[in-house]
Amino acid sequence: MRGTNLKRWLLQNVGFGTALLLLAVLYISYNMMHPRGFSSAVAVQNANETAAIAFVAMAQTLPVLLGGLDLSVGAVMTLTSCIASHLVSGSPAQILLGMVLTLLSGTAFGLMNGLIVVYGRIQPIIATLATGAVAVGLALLVRPKPGGDVDGDLNWALTNSVFDFADTYGLADGGNAWWLRPIANVPVPVILVALIAILVWVPFRRSVTGRTVYAIGSAEGPAFMSGLPIHRAKIAAFTMGGFFAACGGLYLAIQTSSGNADIQQAGAYTLNSIAAVVLGGTSLLGGIGSAIGSIVGAMILRVISFYFRILDIDPLLQPLIEGVVLLVAVSFGAFRTLRVKNKLDLFR
Amino acid sequence: MSDAIVEYRGISKFFAGIRALENVDFACSPGSIHAILGENGAGKSTLIKIMSGVLQPDAGEIRLEGKPVTFPTPDAANRAGIVCMFQELSLIPDLSVADNISISDPPRRFGLIDSRAQIARAEDLLARVRCEDVDPRSLVRELSLSRRQMVEIAKALGRKPKVLILDEATSALTSRDVQTVYDLLAELKDEGVASLFISHRMHEVDALCDTLAVFRNGQHIETFAKGEKSEREIVHLMIGRDVEAQFPPKPPLKSPEERGKPLLKVQGLKWETKLNGVDLSVCRGEIVGLGGLDGQGQKELLLALFGALRDVDGEVTIGNRKGIPSSPAGAKSAATRMALVPEDRKTEGLMLGMPISDNLLAASYGKISRGPFIDPALARHAVEDGLKKLQIKIGSASDPVMTLSGGNQQKVVIAKWLMIDPDIILLNDPTRGIDVGTKQEIYRLMRELANEGKAILFYSSDYAELIGCCDRVSVLYGGRVVSEQEGDDITEESLVAASLNIDVEAA
Amino acid sequence: MRISISAENRPIAIASLFIVVILLAGTAYTLSTTGTAPLLSPRYLLQLLQTGSFLGICAAGMMMVILLGHIDLSIPWTLTAAAMTATAVGGDMALPTALAVGLAVGLLNGFGVAYLRIPSMIFTLGVDTVLRGLMVAQTGGFAPQDSATPLMLFLAKDRLLGIPVAIFVWAAVSIVIAVILTRTGFGRSIYATGSREGAAFLSGIRTRFVIVGAFVMSSLCASLAGVLLTGYSAKAYQGMGNAFLLPAIAAVVLGGTHILGGRGRYSGTLVGVILIVLLNSVLSIMQMPEAGRQIIYGAVIIGMLLVYGRNQRVTS
Repeated sequence: MRGTNLKRWLLQNVGFGTALLLLAVLYISYNMMHPRGFSSAVAVQNANETAAIAFVAMAQTLPVLLGGLDLSVGAVMTLTSCIASHLVSGSPAQILLGMVLTLLSGTAFGLMNGLIVVYGRIQPIIATLATGAVAVGLALLVRPKPGGDVDGDLNWALTNSVFDFADTYGLADGGNAWWLRPIANVPVPVILVALIAILVWVPFRRSVTGRTVYAIGSAEGPAFMSGLPIHRAKIAAFTMGGFFAACGGLYLAIQTSSGNADIQQAGAYTLNSIAAVVLGGTSLLGGIGSAIGSIVGAMILRVISFYFRILDIDPLLQPLIEGVVLLVAVSFGAFRTLRVKNKLDLFR
Repeated sequence: MSDAIVEYRGISKFFAGIRALENVDFACSPGSIHAILGENGAGKSTLIKIMSGVLQPDAGEIRLEGKPVTFPTPDAANRAGIVCMFQELSLIPDLSVADNISISDPPRRFGLIDSRAQIARAEDLLARVRCEDVDPRSLVRELSLSRRQMVEIAKALGRKPKVLILDEATSALTSRDVQTVYDLLAELKDEGVASLFISHRMHEVDALCDTLAVFRNGQHIETFAKGEKSEREIVHLMIGRDVEAQFPPKPPLKSPEERGKPLLKVQGLKWETKLNGVDLSVCRGEIVGLGGLDGQGQKELLLALFGALRDVDGEVTIGNRKGIPSSPAGAKSAATRMALVPEDRKTEGLMLGMPISDNLLAASYGKISRGPFIDPALARHAVEDGLKKLQIKIGSASDPVMTLSGGNQQKVVIAKWLMIDPDIILLNDPTRGIDVGTKQEIYRLMRELANEGKAILFYSSDYAELIGCCDRVSVLYGGRVVSEQEGDDITEESLVAASLNIDVEAA
Repeated sequence: MRISISAENRPIAIASLFIVVILLAGTAYTLSTTGTAPLLSPRYLLQLLQTGSFLGICAAGMMMVILLGHIDLSIPWTLTAAAMTATAVGGDMALPTALAVGLAVGLLNGFGVAYLRIPSMIFTLGVDTVLRGLMVAQTGGFAPQDSATPLMLFLAKDRLLGIPVAIFVWAAVSIVIAVILTRTGFGRSIYATGSREGAAFLSGIRTRFVIVGAFVMSSLCASLAGVLLTGYSAKAYQGMGNAFLLPAIAAVVLGGTHILGGRGRYSGTLVGVILIVLLNSVLSIMQMPEAGRQIIYGAVIIGMLLVYGRNQRVTS
């Protein structure tokens, strides 16, 4: 029974399964080739570089599941990182408040996106293109020049291993408690991404609202006829997108100890998030996929770039290889069209 | 009718000025199985959609257990215990069977969907419809159409209906499943549920229902207990005694020799599971009808001939040329000169938001262009000709085609194809949902075109049209031609028999 | 039925009105600060159009694709790749080379979208990344020639009869696109395909050719814009196309073209381009910081679409 369940799961999640396998192969062989492979130091460095894009990819997942797209995720991440660069410092209470306010601001921005899409009846892609510009503008207002002071301890604690985290804040006997041992070498960003996924995404996925997001992307008519809350789900999807983007922004600010209202960076994160979502097995037509898949997709994107450091590949070829990998990956979707027997089905 | 669970009074509904339902009174009492009978377009679907909250009536009142109510959404109707199993299913393909069965009100634990309980619930309900073979964890898109239909029934059951509406619920089912549904409905009847059963199959209605209601042209004609009227009388009620459409006179039936060589000859046409070896032929000057129940491969046959399907097997001869066109663009080319008036004019026939003129010219840009450029004068003439030929009533040719009535929209589709002067015209239910006047114009036009020497293949879900218009009729069942009738042998009875009786035998 | 005609022109009318408002507001600002009205001088307006021509040509191509309900995200690096390849080749062959690059990219995009049926959003994004990769790889190892050819300089900077040549180029592109869209079977097929691809296909329109054709037009326009921009800034450089993608989409949509395809007029796109270029220019005259510009920019798009949307709801 177990075996058949696994088989079914794989069949139902071909995209995600493939992505997971690809990631495993890529990352394990990366570590084997790396002189200091399989060490905590390498893992910590990799995790730090992946966390922000993983969060932004999660943010992009929800609108894509609806069958839409959010072109403002990168900009919201930039905005929230600029906000965080002001607020996340001072006493522990102030730091905590700053983090909460940062996350709230991103969530509020997502909510605004959702309201504009649902009640303004503007296509998501255009609405978020415009709100993305607004977010970048606000980011520039908040942080006209790169900089900021994020609490140093926090930076150290969140960008290293769990041991260092405990050590910094004197928790669990300064990181030497026996129960911390098994995870002492795990990078903190990995824990953070996993925590957010488990505490926010998984419950959402298992709510009627979350289910409605999938149903809308899969077949909006039947979703309506089944009595599902269409408007609520759309607004929730964009709001959650804002929240995840804010997580990315907050982490980026802590990681870099600063904020930078960089328009190019915002655009790059948005485009990479789309690529990560697709690589993670989520269909751009909506209805299939998950935020977990997008995290895997984001990791694949990053691992590919890690290779350039250890392989003797001309760094100038790096963008080209990244692009070719992306193009080949998305072209796998084309197999579906070759199987379609009724040409009219191609147009739906 | 004070004991009625739900009562509808004076319900009317109009679409773009066309009457779909007019002043309908209807009620269902607990513990009854009500059949709703009527031809396609009689208003059954509209009534169901109003009952289930998908559409709002333009006039009239709904009373639930005596109290007036409105159902602004399907959810509201569900909560009131009115549950509908739609013909076009309401399942979400990318979600699992268990998810779908408990879609809007799943079992929860700590506020979250309890997937284990949900699977158990799905298993229970599936067992109730004897579908233990369906795994609740599989996705709906992995299931066959008949399994999906059973899942839809399980989903409806799970909502604890007081009124259960089954719209063509058995159209894709195997005979075993049909029996399951019968048993189930009998059980529900004993539990006091009112069921509404919509079916085209008279023997099903006979076996199952205790009350029959006949609809015609958007009106509730009569309701009576089973056994009060003979099948023949019921069919008469459905069709209506007054002939609602006048057909142009047919020319005398020609013998095969007189017809000459067929212009379109189809042998052993196969495609996927839908076409299983279709044989037929159409000659110049002939209108050949395609009969049978909905969904027996008629639509696919026309699409296959028009080059819209891939991997079609079989032999097709058009004039002296062998082979199936590879695309619609090929089908309309000079070699074959085919035209297709598709099933759904709103999504397949017209670009609704575009001007009437563009829709008229969409198939004939080559004819009105000089080099790469459209000649405005030629285009204007072509549009004027088309409008005049079909007497399409419009304000301005630059208005979007969606501002026209259904009948005029359909005329635009036909006029579009007449511009390429086709030899073979394929018509897929061209009169569905349009007014009687326009229907008559289309019948006349078809005959004129046939008299000009064109070959016409005409699918209609309305038997009266097949009888009134066609020189010959081929009845399809299960993707094959099961009966060929011609001349005066084409009657309502023979057509109904061919599509229903065969059904019983084949099943 | 009169309403429905004006429904199509209303975005254009509203956008035009807004252009006048911006001009007046900008002039009021300059009058109050410096006592002059440079915005209304022909010299300024011509210069505005000259700098607007790059965006205008990109937007013209983008419009063809958006009319199909698709999008072309590869414009930035198509533009850059065409410009950089052209300058590297140099001489008389520079312009044909640029157009050949555009043609190749357009064919690739069209193939992916029309035949493989990969969503244009992701396929053109991938092509954009590959082009960027190619350009980085090409320029990395050695320093190819990157200065504009005399023809490029002439097209972008010179004046004929006192009018910048770039404006003539833009006008020529505009005429070609407008004629294609209104007066050719190909153009009408673009609308038909974008409106309802299934219906267009069943009308015997070769919708795949139409899609490939539109993507080719889009890439050709981008490469031409690349040539002009090279002439304007005297050389080709990496990232030169980055500033054109989102404004091009915005201009097309502000001009009333529906993002899901099938509806829109070229005159609307022209108005949309002028609106955006003018808005940018006035904001820079007002010395509005980048932050305010971005916010105003986003707010204008949302605000105008809300106005158009409301109008649609009333008529439908």
